Amino acid sequence: MTRRGGPILLGASLALLALAFPRLFPALTTQATFLWLMILFALTWDILGGQMGYNSFGNILFFGVGMYACAVVQRDSGLAYYPALLAGMGCGAAISVALALLLGPAILSLRGHYFAIATLALGVAAGDLASAWEYIGAGSGMTATLFPGAVGERERFFYYLLLALAVATFLLVRWLYSRRFGLALNAIRDDEDKAEAMGIRTTRYKTIAWCVAAAILGVAGGPVGNVAGFIDPRELAFAGSTFGVWMVLMAMLGGKGTLWGPVIGAVVFHVTQEAFWTYLLGWQRVAMGALIVLVVLFFPAGIVGWLRRRWPQRFSPARAGESAESREPAMRNVEAIDSPARAPGSPAQRSSA
Amino acid sequence: MSNLPILFDNPALALQVVIDGILVGAIFALIAYGMALVWGVMNVINIAQGELVMLGGYVAWYVVRAGLPPALGIVIAAAALWLVGWLLYRLVIFRVVDGDLFIAILATFGLSILIQQLVNQVAGADVQSIQSGLGTLVVAGGMIAVPEIKLVAFAAAVLLGIALVVFLKRSRLGQAIRATAQNARAARILGIDTHRVYAATFALNAAICGAAGALVAMTWVIHPYLGLPYTIRSFMIVIVAGIGNIATVLLAGAGLGVAENFAGFVFGAQYQTAFVFCLLVAILVARSAILVRQRKVLR
Repeated sequence: MTRRGGPILLGASLALLALAFPRLFPALTTQATFLWLMILFALTWDILGGQMGYNSFGNILFFGVGMYACAVVQRDSGLAYYPALLAGMGCGAAISVALALLLGPAILSLRGHYFAIATLALGVAAGDLASAWEYIGAGSGMTATLFPGAVGERERFFYYLLLALAVATFLLVRWLYSRRFGLALNAIRDDEDKAEAMGIRTTRYKTIAWCVAAAILGVAGGPVGNVAGFIDPRELAFAGSTFGVWMVLMAMLGGKGTLWGPVIGAVVFHVTQEAFWTYLLGWQRVAMGALIVLVVLFFPAGIVGWLRRRWPQRFSPARAGESAESREPAMRNVEAIDSPARAPGSPAQRSSA
Repeated sequence: MSNLPILFDNPALALQVVIDGILVGAIFALIAYGMALVWGVMNVINIAQGELVMLGGYVAWYVVRAGLPPALGIVIAAAALWLVGWLLYRLVIFRVVDGDLFIAILATFGLSILIQQLVNQVAGADVQSIQSGLGTLVVAGGMIAVPEIKLVAFAAAVLLGIALVVFLKRSRLGQAIRATAQNARAARILGIDTHRVYAATFALNAAICGAAGALVAMTWVIHPYLGLPYTIRSFMIVIVAGIGNIATVLLAGAGLGVAENFAGFVFGAQYQTAFVFCLLVAILVARSAILVRQRKVLR
């Protein structure tokens, strides 16, 4: 076997497993569907949180907006099931992007913890508004449109849809990070003022990055509403204290600011979470809170960060598929001169209240 | 919005809303003062602030249910929360003091989920409140009604705030806290055990929240999920009023209480917390927009 043979073989067998999963383990299809959702969550969070250094607690806003938009289109458009779903997902993405464009320049002008808390407030406010607005069912939520197929078919359909979305998201962010766009985001993370002084249009890049995250989450919202069958404003659509925090935690657990980190983090996290549901029923949310605290305190660099420290040659950024830096040496040199002591991903932020 | 004309037709009703807001505001200010203390001294933004308030409310609720007088409930809640705060510092908070603020936010966010789910599991998700046994004060010929417990809570909050300021100014520990806030390294060199000071600061904050929580349980209701709005309110008061002056903090608290009550009255009570969250975003954006004109950012 050649040096590259191992990873290819591993990748191929994992892909095969992912494709055959609903046939192999029909009882676990919905859990696996949510695994793809978690991967999508962690990847989209990492665009801002990991690569750009803007730690958002409010990305759930776009997810919920997409979910409600899709459900309303399905309810009111009068189209058949599949066209309505497609239109709803498109509509969800469009509204989410419009919202990101509208809020972006203002919200993204906040830095550090102010951004974190402002986005947290946005997410919760959206949940409160959704549970007070009669048109979308207010506090009693919305019921998703009935799936036209046979009993097991619904789960399988949405499994493959979410799988496709997660893979598409991965390919999209990998493409983005390999371009100038990714470098601009990293420059903003490392020192925003300097990046701006060097001629990077920071506001534009930040807003575009937020729009990308918003579009993906907006698209994903619709199918998830249909999988769940019932849309609760605070527990599913704008679930800030579950999905909203999990996004952050998964990216951090895997290693934020890396391409594979969020994926690995999401898989580990989701399996842990399902185990909590199975073995700690009733206490699973308490355990989840404890897990957040433990990961944040003892494992902030994440799995990929740990691997890189443990085996630097094997898991260095160049091998892990993030060779972006090496393409533009000028940029890298400037960074090396300016901030030799700064660890990537953790710009030291001192505040004075 | 249909309620708006009612306010103009009935000045007494508007006054009622204002009075309610000011009385609420004192409790908000008290909680905010605790948050400012922790933020200023330890460089930690405590997202679990509202959960400490909730916990204090539940301690007081258990005390009163055991047959003890409500006033004792406030004292016991404060004492119990002092212990909780000290424990939280020893277990978690000391690891995030003066480090990356985002790590502190995320860790305390985890704590807040932990505490709220724990209370949910132990005490149940039902809404609870403490019957204080006090009557209602009616003035202006029945136009304005103020429950006496709200007046008592207001007075207690203001007194506690003043006591806190005096404590920080006069007592040995208070001076050590202020010295550590000014310059932790210098304080350490001069022989102040800063770890003890941090532990005391966080415990003091928790005790303040405990007392405030007991007052909240007596004036309104408590349930396991009330924390986040209180955290957001205190954050908002701190960024508006700063941390120096108790009078400004009280003023900002009263302002927030009045604004929130008007919003709840005009838009409907179901929009009141959404209004609080949106107000925070608006204030942050406005402040940062003003600073950007001077080519500065909010730090």
